[in-house]
Amino acid sequence: MVIKHDVIIVGAGLAGLRAALEASRYYDVAVLSKLFPTRSHSGAAQGGIAASIGNVEEDHIDWHFFDTVKGSDYLGDQDAIEYLVTDAHPAIYELEHLGVPFSRTADGKINQRMFGGHTKNYGEGPVLRACFAADRTGHMILHTLYEQCVKNNVRFYSEFFVTDLMVKDNIVRGLVAYNMINGQMVTMQSKVVMFGTGGYGRAFKITSNAHANTGDGLGIVLRAGLALEDLEFVQFHPTGVYRYGILVSEGARGEGAYLLNNTGERFMKNYAPKLMELAPRDMTSRSIQTEIDEGRGINGESYVHLDLRHLGEEKIAERLPEIRSFCQKIVGIDVVKEPIPIQPTAHYSMGGIPVTVDGEVLADGKSQKVEGFYAAGECSCVSVHGANRLGTNSLLEAVVFGRRAGKSLTKYLSTAGTELPDLPTEMVEPALQRVEKFMTKTGKEKTGILRKELQEIMMSKVGVFRDEKGLKEALEKVKELEKRFEDVQIDDKSWKFNTDLTEAMELDNLLHLAEIIVSGALNRQESRGAQSRKDFPKRDDENWLKHTIAFKKDGKVLFDYKPVVITKFQPKERKY
Amino acid sequence: MIQVKVKVFRSNPEQPQNKPHFDEFMVEADPKDKVLDLLHRIKWEKDGTLAFRRSCAHGICGSCAMKINGANMLACEANLKNFKDPTRITIEPLQSLPIIKDLVVDQTDFFKKYDIVKPYLINRTPPPTRERLQSPQQRQVIDEATWCILCASCTTSCPSNWKNPNFLGPAALLKSYRYNFDSRDEGIAERINVLDTNNGVWRCHTIFNCVEACPKDINITWHISQLKKKLVSREY
Repeated sequence: MVIKHDVIIVGAGLAGLRAALEASRYYDVAVLSKLFPTRSHSGAAQGGIAASIGNVEEDHIDWHFFDTVKGSDYLGDQDAIEYLVTDAHPAIYELEHLGVPFSRTADGKINQRMFGGHTKNYGEGPVLRACFAADRTGHMILHTLYEQCVKNNVRFYSEFFVTDLMVKDNIVRGLVAYNMINGQMVTMQSKVVMFGTGGYGRAFKITSNAHANTGDGLGIVLRAGLALEDLEFVQFHPTGVYRYGILVSEGARGEGAYLLNNTGERFMKNYAPKLMELAPRDMTSRSIQTEIDEGRGINGESYVHLDLRHLGEEKIAERLPEIRSFCQKIVGIDVVKEPIPIQPTAHYSMGGIPVTVDGEVLADGKSQKVEGFYAAGECSCVSVHGANRLGTNSLLEAVVFGRRAGKSLTKYLSTAGTELPDLPTEMVEPALQRVEKFMTKTGKEKTGILRKELQEIMMSKVGVFRDEKGLKEALEKVKELEKRFEDVQIDDKSWKFNTDLTEAMELDNLLHLAEIIVSGALNRQESRGAQSRKDFPKRDDENWLKHTIAFKKDGKVLFDYKPVVITKFQPKERKY
Repeated sequence: MIQVKVKVFRSNPEQPQNKPHFDEFMVEADPKDKVLDLLHRIKWEKDGTLAFRRSCAHGICGSCAMKINGANMLACEANLKNFKDPTRITIEPLQSLPIIKDLVVDQTDFFKKYDIVKPYLINRTPPPTRERLQSPQQRQVIDEATWCILCASCTTSCPSNWKNPNFLGPAALLKSYRYNFDSRDEGIAERINVLDTNNGVWRCHTIFNCVEACPKDINITWHISQLKKKLVSREY
């Protein structure tokens, strides 16, 4: 049986749901998720969503524009960034109109807080720009969008694990998915497919990401022979709970929390004297890692302290209740009384599927569109974050570009019609066989062990600081793991809810992505944003002010490049 | 490190010869570990066939609600050292929902009830160009109700729901509160008919199991009582 819809959206986070909401006003929309929609990782976002609506103090679209460009270490495409910061205003008000329960100012407006790298008057000092709902901003927006999709009769296919996308003659045809609930493989056909499949933090040992964040969409795109952009830029969030990696929102520092080393010094004054703890994430993570590497971690260990104590119980209860709750329940500390041990944690993928500002996927990463194929959110690279994303710009990107993609795919359907393109059976068969092979093959390798080895090497050699020797070692290891993966065996031979099978397919995606990440990091001989090469410590605009485009062909990684779009702000030295 | 004897409920309706039963595993653990860590160790090192849901691992996605030593909770938050005897852990699926496999239950009915209460903002007045205003006090009225992560711990722990599966249950009623008490909402007239029935708010007999089960510490019974009050006093 073939399931047919006008639009199929894969991924039920903020980008996917926002697009679904837009398109469901006119067309028959289905959303597939390997989880139940409200389990998507957008819901874990805590601190806020940026918009220069100036509810609490003066702010301007142009200031937000500048901060995002500077934060991106000048690798962000300025045409896309201009859309991000301009569309932010209607996008936020629409969220409010849809019912998002934002925290409020005394006069009833959406409240705003400070966040790293967001400044007034082009870098003068922190500005109140992040719209928030306590420290549950992602949760509130995710649930509200899901609810509105229910209202609009969006058809949800929960716990459907997409295995392959079908693109032929540069036209999207549909996809193949594994229905985890009844254990059947299904073929789905549509005029439009959109990906909002999120990131791949689970390639790293210490990560803020959910177990589900395994870059499936990117893996599928790579297997379909399409390009990926700028994958070497992986954001390490400065404040992950030590050993756990769980995110403690930058909102904590936005409310005034300190970073302290083993002598109790607010060490950020040595790295970013103007913005201190509210420096951008790449810089703050490097500062923390340097403190640790130079022996100034707490008790000589690999962590420093994030101290909220001086904020007082009342402010913590009002503004940061969720952080307090999980620190108590999971880590076993009361943030009112004790500082939190933290270390940088793999958090966000700046790179992804190359798209236009309207979410249209580019097959070659440059100009060749894949008809009917769209992407938005973390899985895409538009690129508004360039080499380093500012906090609260990710929820904004998901909403703004999910909205734009929803509008543009609606427009496409209104001109191209909804008649479905042919389903190439010669593409369906191999996709089904690939899954069948996972189920039946025998071998001596286990998914869990290979994944652990991958996560360890990625963390130790492809982390906050990188160099040629470590990256080469990592690349060799990833290739070895890819080889060993061919020998992986699945214990579970039943078809229903087979997470042994899905975990193996997830690892397959992670391994191929890891190869692109490491190869890209090795290839880019400069330090820019989140890519910090000890052997090439300077930014090199002459040779590297360009995006990396990567493909995988016949088992080899191939690179191409495209220029950065610069419209208003010329690259300058980046100081905070 | 401690040795934990983990008893896990197993069921695979796809293999009828394989009757529902408990499997026992000895797992080495740190007393600071969570029950989710135990489940992962079993799945990744001992028995890959074990099925359970999980995702975020820090209490916000709501995937890993299950019954642990007799009480509903999130496996990712269930700290071994908080159990009376951390060396003996029994894990079962959420009660009263059909089992798909092992600890994975079919939540179709749970979400059907959620859909019935019209769990979304209804406001037909054209919005202003900027945000609708809402005072911090008005926002506070719905605050606790917005913490819900739809994990189903409450509804599957509710005796009224066990006895009468047509009862909407605490999660759906809490969501109904969340919108009926939102100062921006105008939809109560559309929601009232499913609330003011034997299987709506009146089936709640204030047993408080839901409050005990809620991993987000929401006083669900109190919220349901506010709905009852609204209906009785016809404040709509």
